[in-house]
Amino acid sequence: MAHSADVIAVKNLRKEYQTPRGTVLALDEIGFNVAEGEFVAVVGPSGCGKSTLLKILAGLLPATRGEVKLHSVAITGPRRDIGVVFQSPVLFPWRTVLDNVLLPVDVQRLGREAGRARALELLAMVGLQGFEHRYPWELSGGMQQRVAISRGLIHNPAMLLMDEPFGALDAMTREGLNLELQRIWLERRKTVLFITHSIAEAVFLADRVLVMTPRPGRITEHVPVGIPRPRALDVLSVPEFGGIVQRIRAHFNAKGGLEA
Amino acid sequence: MSQLRNPALRVVLLAASLALWEAAVRLLRIPSFILPAPSQVGAALYRGAVSGIYLQHFWITLGETLLGFALGSLVAFVIGAALAASRSVEYFFYPYIVMFQSMPKVALAPLVVVWFGLGLTSKVVSAALIAFFPLLVNTVVGLRSADEDRVDLMRSLAASEVQIFRMLRLPSALPFIMAGLEVAMVFSLVGAIVAEFVGAEAGLGMLIQSRNFSMDVAGEFAILFILAAMGLALNSVLVSVRRRVLFWDPSQKAESNAASIKGGL
Repeated sequence: MAHSADVIAVKNLRKEYQTPRGTVLALDEIGFNVAEGEFVAVVGPSGCGKSTLLKILAGLLPATRGEVKLHSVAITGPRRDIGVVFQSPVLFPWRTVLDNVLLPVDVQRLGREAGRARALELLAMVGLQGFEHRYPWELSGGMQQRVAISRGLIHNPAMLLMDEPFGALDAMTREGLNLELQRIWLERRKTVLFITHSIAEAVFLADRVLVMTPRPGRITEHVPVGIPRPRALDVLSVPEFGGIVQRIRAHFNAKGGLEA
Repeated sequence: MSQLRNPALRVVLLAASLALWEAAVRLLRIPSFILPAPSQVGAALYRGAVSGIYLQHFWITLGETLLGFALGSLVAFVIGAALAASRSVEYFFYPYIVMFQSMPKVALAPLVVVWFGLGLTSKVVSAALIAFFPLLVNTVVGLRSADEDRVDLMRSLAASEVQIFRMLRLPSALPFIMAGLEVAMVFSLVGAIVAEFVGAEAGLGMLIQSRNFSMDVAGEFAILFILAAMGLALNSVLVSVRRRVLFWDPSQKAESNAASIKGGL
């Protein structure tokens, strides 16, 4: 299955945690590829190991066994060419919006001058022009998450990892940001791995949905989503959409605990 | 609920309590070596101010306090950063620190004067010793307070430990460090005065003792007043620095959490 255009290639990934009560198996036999420019969502209930998977991909956690490769190079630690957007915006309150977006530029010494122009362009893209000199605490939750997305893209990473980025937002803001994320993705065609516990969000956004079941975390199915883009919010009521959602939900029905 | 805020009333209240004090001293014929009347304190303040004697000693005590504050804070910050950075440094040094901390540092003042003499050095060392702990503790706690998600973000960008310290841990620690500095400032004034009590050739603490020996209690009160003003001025400098530096910290809207421990010595 693996070919050269794959940005991410995961094979036989296993993650165990040592606890005082013994070994806990968090992830087992995880295998998938993400192609260049593909938008892949991983959907699963809380505690299925989604965030562990993301941390391994981001180089923040070592895998116990198996292969994780980015552009055919094994991920052994944090890398400069991965952008991460976390569930909370994780902005620094002492930095302005612009300086928050420039954080990766400062850390990786990519040159502030060029970075600044890029940051302003990204902020304009997420609809935050005019807010660059504000501080994060002056912004709403949705606006803060847009700053975080701009920051995730500023260093032009090979891939953007998103860990339930809209999970903490209200439903309306979340729908708005889903539309916006799709528009950004269509503009930039950045390779995205998007983790969520919302089946609808996963189907709405992704080219392909990886279904993850818990204890231990395994990927039980790859569901391609053929709905043409750009997808509007009324796609949620299209039969094809409902069918895919049903197919995914079937994996969890026995266990429950997943939102539509 | 309406809050009564009237600056004129404050002044009236102050004048009334001074008048009450004055009247009580005169009517009850309290000897001035027990409690001088405010008018006597005012006269003593005026005499000392005109002769320049207060100012001369004021500069000496202020210098001791500021040097002690700078020395104590610097050492506390460096050691605090080392303790926060490394669990093994903490493991080996923490017992000594706990032991040293549970000792009343003012009790060291006689020893410090023996070691460092009657001059400036012993006052600076004494002030530094007392200023040291509040900042040490706050530095360690502050540097370890950085939000885990933010640390993960920095790590995911392949930031070095030095970058994480400079861009994240240090700014995160600033609210704690500023609170520690405010306490340290008040404490260094205490340290300087105590060392002057033990043995000194100059300074407001020395002056208090010499006034005490000559039963010039009004003069003593005048110096206490100057010391209070000095403490207040030093503190308000730090408060204005804190407001500037920590404009982003939501807890700044509430009053400084340092205020509660300031009275500790």
